[in-house]
Amino acid sequence: MTLTEKILARHAGLDRVEPGQIINGAVDLVLANELSAAVAIGVMRSIKGASRVFDNEKIALVEDHFVPAKDAQSAKLAALMKEFAKEQNIKHFFDVGRGGIEHVVLPEEGLVAPGELIVGGDSHTCTYGAFGAFATGMGSTDIAAAFVLGEVWLKVPATIKLVYSGKPGTMVYAKDIMLKTIGTLGIDGATYRAIEYHGTTVDELSITGRITMANMAIEAGAKNGIFHADEKTIAYVKERTDRPFIVERADADARYERVIEIDIGSLEPQVACPHTPDNVHSISDVTRDEIAVDQVFIGSCTNGYIEDLRIVAKILDGKKVASNLRVIVNPGSQKVWMQAADEGILTKLAAAGCAVNTPGCGACFGGHMGTLGDGERCISTTNRNFVGRMGSPKAEVYLGSPATCAASALSGRITDPRTLDLVGV
Amino acid sequence: MEKQLRGHAHKYGKNIDTDVIIPGKYCSIIDPAELGKHALEGLDAEYTSKMKAGDIIVADTNFGCGSSREVAPIAIKGSGTSAVIAKSFARIFYRNALNIGLPIFESAEAVDGIAPGDEIEVEPATGVIRNLTKNTTFQSAAFPPFMQSLIEAGGLQPYVERRLAERQLS
Repeated sequence: MTLTEKILARHAGLDRVEPGQIINGAVDLVLANELSAAVAIGVMRSIKGASRVFDNEKIALVEDHFVPAKDAQSAKLAALMKEFAKEQNIKHFFDVGRGGIEHVVLPEEGLVAPGELIVGGDSHTCTYGAFGAFATGMGSTDIAAAFVLGEVWLKVPATIKLVYSGKPGTMVYAKDIMLKTIGTLGIDGATYRAIEYHGTTVDELSITGRITMANMAIEAGAKNGIFHADEKTIAYVKERTDRPFIVERADADARYERVIEIDIGSLEPQVACPHTPDNVHSISDVTRDEIAVDQVFIGSCTNGYIEDLRIVAKILDGKKVASNLRVIVNPGSQKVWMQAADEGILTKLAAAGCAVNTPGCGACFGGHMGTLGDGERCISTTNRNFVGRMGSPKAEVYLGSPATCAASALSGRITDPRTLDLVGV
Repeated sequence: MEKQLRGHAHKYGKNIDTDVIIPGKYCSIIDPAELGKHALEGLDAEYTSKMKAGDIIVADTNFGCGSSREVAPIAIKGSGTSAVIAKSFARIFYRNALNIGLPIFESAEAVDGIAPGDEIEVEPATGVIRNLTKNTTFQSAAFPPFMQSLIEAGGLQPYVERRLAERQLS
């Protein structure tokens, strides 16, 4: 069995499962943010016989999409979730100032461990595959059902095995590897499938790099994206929780629907051009067009981690961002924010001319604090660039690594971070 | 899903994502009718003013990709759109649509055989799609048996209630 099949089989109490099989899996954690929770709470209230959640310690509720509340309606949603957390005595409730972006917060707090089955009311719940967990996003009605039952019905996905080889060149990061992958698979190339990441390249990646890659599995339509837990994973998780967990491995004779080999030895930094995350091109091809930008955004559950901010600070330290350009930085969580403050990163970014915001999802999905106006163009470290994703349907969003975004912030146009000396750095 | 679904076709392309079905700025709205006023706004700002109750969205592959926001199918349903016919659906949208009772049908042949404005009728029980304008008939793909049983039970909510009742008995 593949890694995904093994985890699903164990959670369904079965010896083995086959792709296409429908199972009922016991969940280790159910996640919701204030948007998905608001609808889920309404659904739960209408389910006969469902007054309590299945386990108040296995639910995580995070205020992150429209907070600090942008208007009265958003405040109402935030309050609704807060009241629900109190009523149900939910142990893991994160208000603003104590959390941040759900997918950054949960691993930090030790709520995610290898071999677990996690569902969340957010499509980027697949992020936790970075830790060897089966994790997938769902809508609010499914989340309400999971709140009540502590189980979900799932179709066992067939698995696509991706095998990466080669050492990334200078200024080539996990984001570039994943953009290349999405460009290769296509936006619906892994629909209804699991992605299993293999190879020497990803073995060498940091936990943050794996998070970036697992996070964007949904951008190829995948149900989940998963890495094998290794010593790095186990050390990360054990630093944050005493909870026991089971590390699974794919069988040697596991059956994969496809095996795709990707050599990244000669990979350039990659950019997803408007308006889909699979419209991916090498930076040399993109920079040929001298694309000026109005905004650079650095943050999100894809690239809002301390490792990302360190790269950006290194590039911007002692410099100024281009005029006629705004640069917005959202550390992914309160903990990332504090660490960035301790390391002097926030001051360096502010001195370079960046606006540093409180952690949250706002700008990434066109909620608030960084939305784009008509005709504006942005390069962003986020995961999606659909029409209207960051505000106006007449805006354009390009996706790139933190290094590519920082280099672009200095020049005011989409810039290859490998050529920083050419733009006066 | 017993009622007959009938209306004119509004045709769109591939990879219609949930950001254009209901842009992020409206995601703080919960009321289906309010959401319905903004259905497809990011894709076609005219949709809600030109469509009539019962009309059907016809789209190419991977309809509903992207965000898990359940307000996407809720907005479509809230607008008075009676069904979506596509060559294929993204995974989370597919599940959400069934859960909230938005009728969806997969048929590449039907999509290719429907022009914008054609009058379409779908029989939810059989999945038969009729193009009344062109007098042609198509058969949509059957739902997998488990999903059929969910639909017949009336959606996920009755299923959850049954599971809860089973637990109390055991």
